[in-house]
Amino acid sequence: MRKYHAPVWNEPIIMEMGHKGERGIAIPFIEEDIQKSTKDAKFYIPNKMIRKSPPNIPEISQPHILRHYLRLSQQTLGMALNIDLGMGTCTMKHSPLINEELVKSPYFAEIHPLQDENTTQGILEIIYKFNRYICEISGMDEFTFQPGGGALGIFTNACLIRKYHEMNNDLPERNEIITTLFSHPADAACPATAGFKIITLYPNSETGLPDIEALKAAVSKHTAGLMITNPEDTGIFNPMIDEFVKIIHEAGGLCAYDQANSNALFGITRAKEAGFDMCHFNIHKAFSSPHGCMGPACGAVGVRKELTEFLPVPIVTFDGSKYHLDNDRPNSIGKMREFMGNIETILRAYSWIMSMGPDGLRTVAETSIININYLIKKLTKIRGVTLAYPKQNIRLDQARFSLKELKDETSVGTDDVARRIVDFGVQEYFTSHHPWIVQEPFLPEPCETYSKEDIDYWAEIIRYTCEEARTNPETVKTAPHNQTIKKINTKALNDPNQWALTWRAYIKKKGKSKQEHLSP
Amino acid sequence: MKKKLGLIVNPIAGMGGSVGLKGTDGKKTLSQAKQLGAIPRAHIRTTEAFKELSSIKNSIELYTYPHEMGEEQAKVCSYTPKILGSISKGKTTSLDTKNAAKDMLNHKVDLILFVGGDGTARDIYEVVGDKIPVLGVPAGVKIHSSSFAINPRAAGSLATKFLQGLIELREAEVMDIDEEAFRQNVLSAKLYGYLKVPHEEQMVQNVKIGSIPSQRETIESIAWEIISNMKEDYYIIGPGTTTKSILRKLNLEYSLLGVDIVYQKKLIASDINENQILKIIDGKKSKIVVTVIGGQGYLFGRGNQQISFKVIKKVGKDNIIIVASEDKIISLKGNPLLVDTNDEEINKMLKGYFRVTTGYRRSMMYRIA
Repeated sequence: MRKYHAPVWNEPIIMEMGHKGERGIAIPFIEEDIQKSTKDAKFYIPNKMIRKSPPNIPEISQPHILRHYLRLSQQTLGMALNIDLGMGTCTMKHSPLINEELVKSPYFAEIHPLQDENTTQGILEIIYKFNRYICEISGMDEFTFQPGGGALGIFTNACLIRKYHEMNNDLPERNEIITTLFSHPADAACPATAGFKIITLYPNSETGLPDIEALKAAVSKHTAGLMITNPEDTGIFNPMIDEFVKIIHEAGGLCAYDQANSNALFGITRAKEAGFDMCHFNIHKAFSSPHGCMGPACGAVGVRKELTEFLPVPIVTFDGSKYHLDNDRPNSIGKMREFMGNIETILRAYSWIMSMGPDGLRTVAETSIININYLIKKLTKIRGVTLAYPKQNIRLDQARFSLKELKDETSVGTDDVARRIVDFGVQEYFTSHHPWIVQEPFLPEPCETYSKEDIDYWAEIIRYTCEEARTNPETVKTAPHNQTIKKINTKALNDPNQWALTWRAYIKKKGKSKQEHLSP
Repeated sequence: MKKKLGLIVNPIAGMGGSVGLKGTDGKKTLSQAKQLGAIPRAHIRTTEAFKELSSIKNSIELYTYPHEMGEEQAKVCSYTPKILGSISKGKTTSLDTKNAAKDMLNHKVDLILFVGGDGTARDIYEVVGDKIPVLGVPAGVKIHSSSFAINPRAAGSLATKFLQGLIELREAEVMDIDEEAFRQNVLSAKLYGYLKVPHEEQMVQNVKIGSIPSQRETIESIAWEIISNMKEDYYIIGPGTTTKSILRKLNLEYSLLGVDIVYQKKLIASDINENQILKIIDGKKSKIVVTVIGGQGYLFGRGNQQISFKVIKKVGKDNIIIVASEDKIISLKGNPLLVDTNDEEINKMLKGYFRVTTGYRRSMMYRIA
């Protein structure tokens, strides 16, 4: 295995750096004539908007700033640095760099959302066309790209269900949303935020899937809808999904398909054929727009024709010669956020699906299915690792494993292994969403990006770590050892007194910093 | 400062089980078990648990009782314990367990780790109540109480984390069955009370996961859900901290281990038996509020026999409200909820999927077998 050690710079917080009067670069002196004709910058700012005192930001020279941020980036195990296949549900695929060039291009970067639509026809065309393509991919009839993330997409779906029942004068009565325990937790949290009561279906302990009998017992005149992931966060596809949808429809509810886990479905199944009324995709996952801190994100929401009137505004329309922003939709649920959403994600996704084409998209799905099932073969050979719900013989995009046997044998659990694998230069894996009904879980997702060699190497790290749990458990339990930081006490995450989300809060809770100036 | 850990080993725990005696309570049973060749296993289990404590060994001050009640095992594990009290070697009884618990309470230990079964848990509960944290290493025949860790190793690990200040406490049932009756094939389970035990959330905090509500918040939110939906019915409230949080929220007196009746948010009757319940609800609309008792998932027939099949029949299936924290449901590991009402027809009627209230406006579909 590769010998690895992360850089450790022990960088101070930038607020602790610099000296009074230190500056980035020297700006040239402005000649008197120019000064006179342009006036001081303050002149152009309305009085009410001028601060009484300057902001308390650090004064640092340019080389020191560069050093600081480069060091921080070196300490970050980024997507482009490692085999990032451990983060199940995240679809950590490689996003082609050429698409970053498009996003950085001034033709796109300098557009303002308040510009007259006559001057933004190009991007409106891309949004419109991408909308048609994603409708084809899902079978829905119209999409909105306004939601700025997956959870906001799911919340949008909850609001659409609410609006539908409100328009039918059914709302106070229809106040229950049904979801499953292995659906993303946002499928419960978002409708709860929208005012619904939540009923969760517990999975069958053999199949890992929700029982249809449980669904039948849950529906009633109060059923507003079903919000469900498929494949669920286990990688297992529910083959009865159309039956589930039918039962909800018969009870008078709507069905929303959380398609965050859609990477293995391109060209294979669609929301429409399963009977769903609406769905959402994470453009920053399966559609190859970078994820997480490299984001931003987009939870694209699509609906069938009967529900398009409720979509958030504006919608991009086309009259045969020109593209328009349609804001005149009286039954719209309104805005989920300002303007059009994070359109850079749409630009990247448009470019990506155009380069793939329909056959390429199908290959993406098939490759990701082959990759996870190959990884399953590798990992289940390791002593201490088991596959949850082993009677299900195939996984689609990801798979939930358990290290319970390892823990029983060695007392090294999944959180220990997750912390140890970073010592070999790969990202920590995702254990799984709570609750952990699969004990000591982990959830890798080797989407189409990763080669056989990548997967072999990653599986070898897991094998090595499980072996080490037997020979030297303390090393695993006290990991990481080769990383930028050491093991931290996660208890602080539950203690508001130890949080500091701003520098001001940090000073308040920890007292004035006495750190030496470490800038060099 | 060093943490004080108390160790109480019930040396005979588990001996009855290996020879099919369903327990080891009572002198006669013990000698019978010994005659049948029963092997003590409490000691092995103690060593297993202590393996997990090795990382904090130097920051522990160990208190224990003489000889086979802890001293011997402590020394095997290379501890130099402070020995309290005295026993007559080879003839320990439940009184010794109680004395040990009392001495440890007086020495203000941070945690009592005991090795035994339900009987041992009961003895310790009788003395310490909820005054100090306690954790059971399962070694007995009967483990109905949820005050035990799932295995000795887990007990050691929980104790370590608790003494390091990394985890919190929860209330856990102390249950026991009448062994004598059980040998005659009559199962009579009783809920004795609640011990405070260290508790690690099933769901370990992960950076991708938001905050998880505490045990207390969950139980309160269940109470609010029931109260906000209260109708003009008689509410038969079964035993347990989850169910009784409803009465606590309504500022009513309650019997933690008994059955109470609430009507129009007022207490009508407290700690009543089957006949009294039947009398009160006669001809009235009523509801039953029950929770899952103990680790095995019993809903009726364990610790709440007052809510008999006659009561259930009268109230009706649709008027049964099951409340339990999501944690508790998950601790069943997918095994169904159980009922044992002494009436086959009622047992059959209750089969199938039920809605379990898990929080405010939250429920989960779960199966009764």
